[in-house]
Amino acid sequence: MEITHRAYADVVVVAPAGRLDHTVAEAFERSLLPLLDPAAGARAGLVLDFARVDYISSVGLRVLMIAGKAARARGARIAVAGLRPVVQEIFAISRFNGVVEMYPTVAAALAAISPAAAAAYEGA
Amino acid sequence: MKRVRFWGTRGSLPVSLTAASLRARIAAAVQGARGRALASEADVDAYVDSLGFAVAGTFGGHTSCVEIETGGPDYVLCDLGSGVRPFGQAALAKHGAAAPQTYHVFMSHVHWDHIMGLPFFVPAYIPGNRIVVYGGHAELEFALRRQMEPPSFPVPFDAFKARFEFVHLAPGVRHEAAGMTVTTLLQRHTGDSYGYRFEQDGRAVVYTTDSEHTLAGPDEAQAFVEFFRGADLVVFDAMYSLADAISVKADWGHSSNIVGVELCQLAGAAHLCLFHHEPASDDAAIAKLLDDTRRLEEITREGPPLRISAAYDGLDIAL
Repeated sequence: MEITHRAYADVVVVAPAGRLDHTVAEAFERSLLPLLDPAAGARAGLVLDFARVDYISSVGLRVLMIAGKAARARGARIAVAGLRPVVQEIFAISRFNGVVEMYPTVAAALAAISPAAAAAYEGA
Repeated sequence: MKRVRFWGTRGSLPVSLTAASLRARIAAAVQGARGRALASEADVDAYVDSLGFAVAGTFGGHTSCVEIETGGPDYVLCDLGSGVRPFGQAALAKHGAAAPQTYHVFMSHVHWDHIMGLPFFVPAYIPGNRIVVYGGHAELEFALRRQMEPPSFPVPFDAFKARFEFVHLAPGVRHEAAGMTVTTLLQRHTGDSYGYRFEQDGRAVVYTTDSEHTLAGPDEAQAFVEFFRGADLVVFDAMYSLADAISVKADWGHSSNIVGVELCQLAGAAHLCLFHHEPASDDAAIAKLLDDTRRLEEITREGPPLRISAAYDGLDIAL
């Protein structure tokens, strides 16, 4: 699994790539949770750019649940954006579309969470 | 092993169709039949089949009880939910009361919905019958006796005239019973539960209910993958959606259709049967769960197709 991240004002955009399954779930969790630290720039929240994610399994979704709880405990938000059709279906079948904020694009997710972050993203 | 027959498939407590829901189905069917030529019985059958199982059938009602037909003379059951009552009636109708039978019963655990049928299992009251109860819980006999004590039930356990035997099964140890090799796996559930893998003549059936497959660590996932490895049929606790199972219903001891598909795909199992249905789910909700699960299997498939069914009272699967 490859994962990159970049801060835009008070939101961090995280972009994993490949399959988020049981073989990489622990590494995904280890990469994701520190980024929720306000010191990392995620004061308002975290957006997961899923444009390059091919598949997510139950353990990958579990990591999102854990990250969502951690974000809410700090008064921040977490959202996923740019899901491929297959991944979007997995979210719907697992009913995760009801528990995680989903947006068609990273720009739309940032606009919903933080106007400052959306402006920084547009200007980048 | 020849077949697996489902006598009780509902989780937690029995349910039934209400008069209002049955009437609504009949009204929908009659309305849909308007203008159709239903001249022959075959026409009627074809029309009824076209209505879908959620209208023309029902997933039912009774709590967990599954029969494995081995081809041998003895009966094999998993759990003693309320489904064991109609099973007992069918066994009596087949053999009569005078022909003694042996029943091997494998208990996932002793929560109420898995033992509630025993007081209504008529063969237990008939002298000459033998009932061998297998399980991993030390309090197996205690639990079956206690539910029949006053003030909970008017007939004591000692009113049973069949000969009862209790066999403790240790997890991971292979045991021979009713011509099969049986392996037990400890599962995550309040008070523990046990899954069973039954093997005979190159066929394997796994019964894994009331198990929260969190797959939190690679060891737990691998243990279940090995337990399911190459199974012809996996009867799987799919009570909750994944989102519920790992959030509001975490630690409630049940699993989801998503995890069932993943484990069966990793294990190369042939057939996943969704089981222990949520009692709050109506037939339409379970039919949707089945459709969704089949779609998930389709879009995530990397190897041979995994057949998927949703268990219902009366389902009969040939192995």
